Amino acid sequence: MNDAPVDLRSQAQQKAAEAAAATPLDKFDVSQPALYQDDTWRPWFARLRAEAPVHYCPESRFGAFWSVTKYKDIMAVDTNHKAFSSDSQLGGITIRDVPMSFRRPSFIAMDPPLHDDQRRAVSPIVAPTNLVHLEKLIRERSAKILDTLPIGEEFNWVEKVSVELTTQMLATLFDFPFEDRHLLTYWSDIATADVLSGKVSSEEERNEILQQCVKYMRTLSAQRANGPPRFDLLSMMARDPSTRDMDDRMFLGNCILLIVGGNDTTRNSISGGLLALNKYPEQYDKLRANHALIDNMVPEIVRWQTPLSHMRRTALEDIELGGKQIKKGDKVVMWYISGNRDEEMIENADDFIIDRARPRQHLSFGFGIHRCVGNRLAEMQLKILWEEILARFPTIKIVGPVKRVFSNFVHGIDEVPVIIPSRI
Amino acid sequence: MPSITYIEHDGTAHTVEVPVGQSVMEGAINNSVPGIDADCGGACACATCHVYVDAAWEHLTGTRSDAEASMISFANGVEANSRLSCQIPVTEQLDGLVVRMPAGQH
Repeated sequence: MNDAPVDLRSQAQQKAAEAAAATPLDKFDVSQPALYQDDTWRPWFARLRAEAPVHYCPESRFGAFWSVTKYKDIMAVDTNHKAFSSDSQLGGITIRDVPMSFRRPSFIAMDPPLHDDQRRAVSPIVAPTNLVHLEKLIRERSAKILDTLPIGEEFNWVEKVSVELTTQMLATLFDFPFEDRHLLTYWSDIATADVLSGKVSSEEERNEILQQCVKYMRTLSAQRANGPPRFDLLSMMARDPSTRDMDDRMFLGNCILLIVGGNDTTRNSISGGLLALNKYPEQYDKLRANHALIDNMVPEIVRWQTPLSHMRRTALEDIELGGKQIKKGDKVVMWYISGNRDEEMIENADDFIIDRARPRQHLSFGFGIHRCVGNRLAEMQLKILWEEILARFPTIKIVGPVKRVFSNFVHGIDEVPVIIPSRI
Repeated sequence: MPSITYIEHDGTAHTVEVPVGQSVMEGAINNSVPGIDADCGGACACATCHVYVDAAWEHLTGTRSDAEASMISFANGVEANSRLSCQIPVTEQLDGLVVRMPAGQH
């Protein structure tokens, strides 16, 4: 284990296992962001999957909620958009219910029919021809970033690689001024920060900061509403009938969706992949011996990291799930992070295995009509990055404690201290 | 055993035998035919098993369910003869079926 002095980390894991075994099920609360920051979530979900796969938590910082913890049950909810709504006005797709005035519609937090039209407005960004066009750019940038990394000197992989690469990608997808791209990372982090995390202290503060985002994006958008064809997300939204007349709230909602979905998640997969290979050195050996395994490894990284721990729905009707009676209006939380560890669906689910069969059978991108639009773009970024890493560095070693994000939504990593001992 | 021909976007054809009862998708996956991804494993939940059913066979492959229609509407390059291949069960009548794969799945 690399992310803390060995005895401290295994002590924390031991304590968590003991607590999960000793705590009565009706006192379980897996919404606590500390579980994910401390990386002690596993035994809690293992017990829920075994003993209460659909579990009601009557009281938490986020109110009452159902936890759905097994793969098949999560699939059943994710694909049943008629019974389980994503609508922002009912609370949207995260466990926290923000005050009504801050509930921002976006196509992820919307049901059909409008969801369908808006998703189709932006999905051309990942059409096969566009992916081919982006591939070259991604490779050039990955190469450039990797070539400037220090050798034999400690640095934070998250800052120099994960954030830098994904921010550049995001700036391209938005055709956003390159020199201001740090704003995209900033707005993304502000949009998702837990109010107890220190990054933002209230919904009001969050909203105020994000007004800068609306202003900036509106200015760019206004310049692109007409004229010759353009292939960035702002132009797509400015021109499509279903998105060109959005009010500020919905416009901000969709910008945030694309910024977080297109950036934060991939960032954490880039960090998570390195973490996984260091925790499972025999997998790193396997990879070095056979670079063709990259294709299979990439979805396994996305599964193992699970960049978004959960997605939430609101029940539109009384419905039975896993033997439990969910009532209309109830909050239902699909814990992707748990479903991705469900041994009934995935063999040796806790382990990182780069040549496992059916690596794309995981929940990290969701399933159903809201399945991540950018999933193949995310995979492409990871694939290209690892191709370029393997061509340059015999190994990358994690040399200090990993710092994770205080959040029950973004399963994020802020610090991965590494040293690259040498170039090939 | 029914024989299914899968034609990749670049024209490469693969003809394989697929047992009655499996889906057209499973026939591709089990025989390592490239061009059908089937991320969700056949649950009509991802639209990455998108194929174009050859005109001669359309009337024999059935029609899209509501769930399939909903999912396939998000695939790229959807045409009237587009289907999710996980929703087409192989029958004796489909012996000789030809399907074409799109340029990409996502």
